[in-house]
Amino acid sequence: MSCFKVVSPGFLSLLQDAGRYGYHGVGLTTSGPMDALAFNWANLLCGNPVDAVAIEASVGGLTLESQADTVIAVTGAQVPFTINGDEAQLWRSHKIKAGDTIALSFATNGCRSYIAVAGGFQVEQSFGSVATVVREGIGGLAGKALQAGDQLPVKGIDAPCLELPEQLRPHYSKEITLRVIPSYQEQSFSRVQQRIFFGSEYTVSDRCDRMGYKVEGPAIAADVSAMLSEGICLGAIQVPPDGQPIVLMNDRQTIGGYPKIGAVLSLDLAKLAQQMPGAKVRFEPITIDCAHNALHLAKSQFERAQSRLTVLEQ
Amino acid sequence: MKIHVAGENSLILYFGEEANAEVAAQVQAANNAIREQMAELIIDTVPSYASLLVIFDAYKCDHLQLRKGIRTAIEANVSGAGQEGTVVTLPVYYSQESGPDLSLISERSGLSVQEIIDLHQSEEYRVYAIGFAPGFAYLGQVDERIASPRIATPRKYVPKGAVGIADRQTAIYPAPSPGGWNLIGLCPIPMFTPEGDSLMPVAVGDRVKFKAITKAEFLDMGGELDEKFLQQEASA
Repeated sequence: MSCFKVVSPGFLSLLQDAGRYGYHGVGLTTSGPMDALAFNWANLLCGNPVDAVAIEASVGGLTLESQADTVIAVTGAQVPFTINGDEAQLWRSHKIKAGDTIALSFATNGCRSYIAVAGGFQVEQSFGSVATVVREGIGGLAGKALQAGDQLPVKGIDAPCLELPEQLRPHYSKEITLRVIPSYQEQSFSRVQQRIFFGSEYTVSDRCDRMGYKVEGPAIAADVSAMLSEGICLGAIQVPPDGQPIVLMNDRQTIGGYPKIGAVLSLDLAKLAQQMPGAKVRFEPITIDCAHNALHLAKSQFERAQSRLTVLEQ
Repeated sequence: MKIHVAGENSLILYFGEEANAEVAAQVQAANNAIREQMAELIIDTVPSYASLLVIFDAYKCDHLQLRKGIRTAIEANVSGAGQEGTVVTLPVYYSQESGPDLSLISERSGLSVQEIIDLHQSEEYRVYAIGFAPGFAYLGQVDERIASPRIATPRKYVPKGAVGIADRQTAIYPAPSPGGWNLIGLCPIPMFTPEGDSLMPVAVGDRVKFKAITKAEFLDMGGELDEKFLQQEASA
């Protein structure tokens, strides 16, 4: 099978699919793409199912050399992207030839880029998924982030070149509002504490990674002393003793013992995942029923958008 | 039992305020019932000391339907609550070399090292939760006399197989990692094997007994004395 060779892995590049489900019982986290929407589009632009194996490049700096004639697409963060040194467009697929060099510079807006290839990268699953969790040493190639010299097997197949029209592309603002479903220990946060949390602006700290995003701002505290450790869902906002909230992301630990004020809507986690330290974040409470409406609406919008992909070249 | 919202596609079930065998049995019974009877709606579950996180497919049902389904599944399973876990015996090489905090616990408790080792083996522990890292099983509860707070400065390196105590919990580190538990010995049985038929020797709800073995037996069973760890301890 022909391959893509990793010339330079950049800051942090990981093989991802939709994530690993059903193994929380043995302590394995979910993983999967931090910005699922951009990931799904990268695959669709290559004619793949949404959950085919693609690369998530954080911040950028990734250079690949193709050893196959095939089709690729890059979506996500605003990042200078070149094929053989020539500037190439994001949010559309490109035909490439064996010997071509695909390079991402560093993101100018946003943080996560997705690089998909027609047919998906052909890597063996562990625990039902290829998603890489470096902390667990599971998924990807031998549980590691991509390294220079890695060979990523591809099918080397052709596909039509497609483009996502400009008006359908997500935009990554540096000031975002995250919808939060109040949950878990929310009742242990007094009305005043809740008002502070939902009324203040927080700043993304430099402690932000695939496990969690710590934000800095007015400290809040729950009225609980000791708590038994319990299961943590995607997006849960835990408040450690320093009062600075942490939004728990795809690679979160499966159980933990800090009080939690709520959980961020998954659609908005994708926006948070595109933020770098310094970004401004606000939190807005919504009911779980509103959350479900938002999920269903987003799903139908995504399905409608799929029929509006423009064919550039057969 | 109380059911709270956790997130857009998860509910958390609380069975009590503290960790004990009765509450743990309820968590276990509910987990089994929900996983069996609602498999098509459930993405995953996370049992813990007194709670159960249930993650569901929000495109197939909403939280109200799920709450109803959960209550029905648990009630229908009242008779099945007696599903007791199996008893697993794990060998431990207890010694100052393999468990450098034995002396610390001895100083604090006034017990001899041998008494601590005997007390650690005297209980049948329950697997309350698995998490923190793949294969990390939280076992409780150790005899109050050997309960020990986490060490002040966590070790940078704890070897695979290390048996530790934190408060009234005990656990075996499945892989090398930093850690703040009091180390009392080494277990030669792997707690997490990604390749192979049996991932873990224990599951939530199982009981664990510890049995002391000699250094020779430990090495015989495939145990290893981690050089990096020995060096760290020698220089500490």
